[in-house]
Amino acid sequence: MYRIILTKIGAGLLTTLGVSIVIFLGTNALPGDAAQIRLGQAATEDSLKALREELGLNLPLYQQYFRWLFNFVQGEFGTSLASGNVTIAQLISDRYENTLIVSSLTAMIGVPISVGLGIIAAMFPGSIYDRFLTLGSVTLVAAPEFFTATLMVLFVVFFLGIGNAVVVGSIDDKNLAELITHFILPIATLCLVIAAQLIRMTRAAVLNVMNSPYIEMAILKGIPRRRVVMRHALLNAIGPIVNVIAINLAYVVTGVIVIEVYFGYAGLATLIVQGVQTRDYILIQTLGMIFCATYVILMMIADLSSILSNPRLRHPK
Amino acid sequence: MISDKNNEDKHFVAPYSKEVSFDELQDAPPSGKFRLSITGKLGVIVVAFWLFVAVFGQFLAPYEENDLPFPDDYSEFQKPRAGAWLGTDVDDRDILSRIMYGAGRTIGISLAGVLIAYVIGVTLGIGSSIAGSRIDQILTQFFNIMLAIPTIMFGLVVVAAVGSSIPVLIITAGAIFSPVVFRLSRALGMEIMVMDFVEAAKVRGEGYRWIIFKEIWPNAAMPLISDFGLRFIYVILFVSSLSFLGLGVQPPLADWGSMVRENLGALQYGESVIPILAPAIAIASLTVAINLIVDDVSAHAGGKLSGRL
Amino acid sequence: MNKKVVFEAKNLCINAVRDDGSELPIVKDINFQVREGEVVALIGESGSGKTTIALSSLGYCKPGLKISNGQTTLFNQDLTTMNIEELRQIRGEKVAYLAQSAIATFNPALKINEQVTESAVIHGSKTQIEANEFAKGLYHSLDLPNPEHIGERYPHQVSGGQLQRLMAAMALCGEPSLLVLDEPTTALDVTTQIEVLKAFKKVIRERGAAAIYVTHDLAVVAQIADRIVVLYSGDIQEKGSANEVISKPRHPYTKRLMQAVRPLPAAGKKTKANKTDKVIQIKGVSAGYGGDVMSKPKEVILKDINLELSRGEVLGVIGESGSGKSTLARVIAGLLPSFKGEILLDGEKLKPRLEDRPRSELRKIQFVYQMADTAINPKQTIGNILGRPLEFYLNIYGNKQKERVLELLDMVELPKEFYTRYPHELSGGQKQRINLARALAAEPEVLLCDEVTSALDSIVGANVIDLLRGLRKNLGVSFVFISHDLSTVSAFADSIAVMYKGIIAETGSVHKVLSPPSHPYTDLLISSVPELRVGWLEDADKNIQKAKTLLEKEYII
Repeated sequence: MYRIILTKIGAGLLTTLGVSIVIFLGTNALPGDAAQIRLGQAATEDSLKALREELGLNLPLYQQYFRWLFNFVQGEFGTSLASGNVTIAQLISDRYENTLIVSSLTAMIGVPISVGLGIIAAMFPGSIYDRFLTLGSVTLVAAPEFFTATLMVLFVVFFLGIGNAVVVGSIDDKNLAELITHFILPIATLCLVIAAQLIRMTRAAVLNVMNSPYIEMAILKGIPRRRVVMRHALLNAIGPIVNVIAINLAYVVTGVIVIEVYFGYAGLATLIVQGVQTRDYILIQTLGMIFCATYVILMMIADLSSILSNPRLRHPK
Repeated sequence: MISDKNNEDKHFVAPYSKEVSFDELQDAPPSGKFRLSITGKLGVIVVAFWLFVAVFGQFLAPYEENDLPFPDDYSEFQKPRAGAWLGTDVDDRDILSRIMYGAGRTIGISLAGVLIAYVIGVTLGIGSSIAGSRIDQILTQFFNIMLAIPTIMFGLVVVAAVGSSIPVLIITAGAIFSPVVFRLSRALGMEIMVMDFVEAAKVRGEGYRWIIFKEIWPNAAMPLISDFGLRFIYVILFVSSLSFLGLGVQPPLADWGSMVRENLGALQYGESVIPILAPAIAIASLTVAINLIVDDVSAHAGGKLSGRL
Repeated sequence: MNKKVVFEAKNLCINAVRDDGSELPIVKDINFQVREGEVVALIGESGSGKTTIALSSLGYCKPGLKISNGQTTLFNQDLTTMNIEELRQIRGEKVAYLAQSAIATFNPALKINEQVTESAVIHGSKTQIEANEFAKGLYHSLDLPNPEHIGERYPHQVSGGQLQRLMAAMALCGEPSLLVLDEPTTALDVTTQIEVLKAFKKVIRERGAAAIYVTHDLAVVAQIADRIVVLYSGDIQEKGSANEVISKPRHPYTKRLMQAVRPLPAAGKKTKANKTDKVIQIKGVSAGYGGDVMSKPKEVILKDINLELSRGEVLGVIGESGSGKSTLARVIAGLLPSFKGEILLDGEKLKPRLEDRPRSELRKIQFVYQMADTAINPKQTIGNILGRPLEFYLNIYGNKQKERVLELLDMVELPKEFYTRYPHELSGGQKQRINLARALAAEPEVLLCDEVTSALDSIVGANVIDLLRGLRKNLGVSFVFISHDLSTVSAFADSIAVMYKGIIAETGSVHKVLSPPSHPYTDLLISSVPELRVGWLEDADKNIQKAKTLLEKEYII
């Protein structure tokens, strides 16, 4: 079994490497190189040449790639092209907290509630509660994030009268009440967005187990419903559920982009959009890698969880 | 006879006629014919409505997409009133007209994108499932890496590299969604390839052409078509999200995603929310309607196809 | 005959509720009783409603079914009016259920012992410690290996036959008054089936429990049942004591079921084939899976096979799962190239790989698959399915093709209307006939039939064998007939090859193989074929044990 896990991790690393090549090549296709952009149109040939040498831009492409990758792994991301002489690390350290708070709070609040709702829906398939939840999630799953966000704004700001439609300023000097109004909209929206998917997938995962012959057998053995669900079904559904959770957390990584922009929230996602608009390819490379690596790791966890939950692998003959 | 039937100690033989042949019983009787549920029907109506708007919207719109309905009374975010039934946007343009123009663009780009994704994905996916190990491995590895990049992130990098225009959007959407289609059609192809009837065709000596078009394709077509709807939703969401981020359809062209972005200011100033809500509802109503149909169809087909992925 | 009635079905009717709300009767007005210490068999083929009736004794209906009329009673308590909690008290405690597939009914995530004991513990009839001890006793009496510790394993860590017996332990742990056994031996190999059957019989007798035994197999029923209820299409056709029903069946349907059980033919059958004209000669063929083509594979399945098939002859190949009999058919068809030895067709050497064989050679050898459901393309009409080999091999198109297809349909005794139908409109037996007709369309010299009747109900399977026999007489085709069922093979074949662990253990005419002295494995197979008489199980057991010991000595299983 360790071999399977190691192969999976190895495959994950290889994928990340492949992704890094795609991102590196993609951003390299941008017109103009770093030296040109930094020195501007008025630069002389000599000064350009000197800077290129310094940045290693005269090296063959593959060497540039390895140099970049090597630096990236060590945490040396380079200097931003668009924002003067600020290092990328500086830009990121200003912002990463915001994104981290929103996504981890979303995970902590949204995931348990959604999984719970999904399991209950699967326990009573066809009930009014189940139908309502199913219809709700069918609707929300297909709706764009900014639609959900607008609904949340209408509900929270205009109906309940709390929070701000736009998140302004930093979180440093705010008290609890202010912090809540600060975060409530982005977090609530993201929770709703992943809840739709999570409820659906959890319900499907549990229902799949609930329809298996050994559940029917447990019922025919006169086992109480609670024990059938808690011991017989959940023990088998736990792998698929963790899988579903990891997939949806990976989804938060992308969902957060639209949400941050919508609420004008200063996080990593707005930073990368800014990078694209200013064609700051060093910034895009770095952030792209961070987002993709997180995504790949979460997907790998999803994969591993379904392997680990298989008793045939955990208890070999 | 009745007494016999209930007397357990007597040998009981049911009455029979010589003609009854006791043939093999048919398999489980087919369940009733497929009918759309109420939500499914609603979905069909909404999708039909938007397709109509997409094609004819620009001819029926009261104004051109960048016309000002009230040139003399210029103020942004006007409330709905006669002449502008949904009010005006950040530049005082008629929201209704822009939505009607945007319909064609949003739906057209997405449809073209998903079609490209299907052509690439299905051709390579089915091809890969037949071609055998070497080519299959290379293609699968390549598409796995593509799948490991979140779609929006992929879009961002492409737009950063080559800039944004409608053809770029279409091709990008096609390229980004082809790996998922590849994976699905490859899985389907593999599943059908190991069926006995394909092997029977091989034993008969049939060539690849026959096996692909007569044995595999008829069996893969239905699942692929029902997945198409789901994929279409994701492409619409992708294109609108890019536009929303300012990296998709560029102003002054109207598109549902970019309309939300342009009018985001309405929230800040606490103005009417219609300029944001109207295009957002347009997208949501279309994608939700498609999903309602997909849900109906796949519930009937027994099991969601996306569950295979 | 005044024993207490344990279970009774009174005018029981069960309907299937379809998607559109309409109802379809599945079980029609059933009456029968099960009394203390008595085993009642429900016999019928697929669609007879036997499982549905059996489950009603637990107050349970599969999703989509409902009891529309009548009642089922357990010790005179009406099960149909009980609520969930009352039913829960009864299930596992008074009635216990044994399903067809133990592999599917054991929860893969829980240890065996927990699953065996949980019902008794939850119902409060035993403490966990008492239940553990009781379970160990059951493992002993069910002849399970390592009874002290087998409960600590997970279900996937024990064999299928063992799991089937463990399921019996699971049912018996609560010491129920009524056992419901739903085809508990059908999924097992013949030799394993005997052992499991023996264990069940022993335990039922020891505990004095009443039982409902659901099966399609009359020979099994003869060994275990006291009384028999014969079902067809949800209706009772005949009902009476086991002895009476088996020795003097009165209803035509029962008689047909009996005919479908073929006894082993007495040794001494004559061979008709012309022994000099060889169609296929297999010389020293070895094959297996894994590794590169043509080099020695990682896992060798077939070892040095030598066989001959004369023109018009039927060669039966018999063996249990894993013996390599299906692999042999795949090697002849060219699906799995052999890495050693050669196969001659009409005296000429066949290329090992299918792709290298010319169309004319491919035509002469046709493959008939076991599962007609998957062997014919569901998206093609019957006309297309049968027409394709005609145009592919014989260049027959258009009207001539249609005429020929209709002839083929006639040949396999199917109506002409099937020409435009799709496979899903046909029943299992009809599909198998189409499967056969497609092979015949190529006008082959050899038909490779791989377990063609094992997925079919016994009557339907018997009819297919009759059809094959007729075809053979009229067409002069040679057959390689592969099956795990010795009685089916010996009823149809001229000569038999017994396969065991990838080698030919014994070969020769049916007469020679069936008459002693034979290979110990052949002995084992012969003594495992159930006979339609009460008391056979006990007689057979001695022979089986003898054969097994011999086999172990020789092969070290």
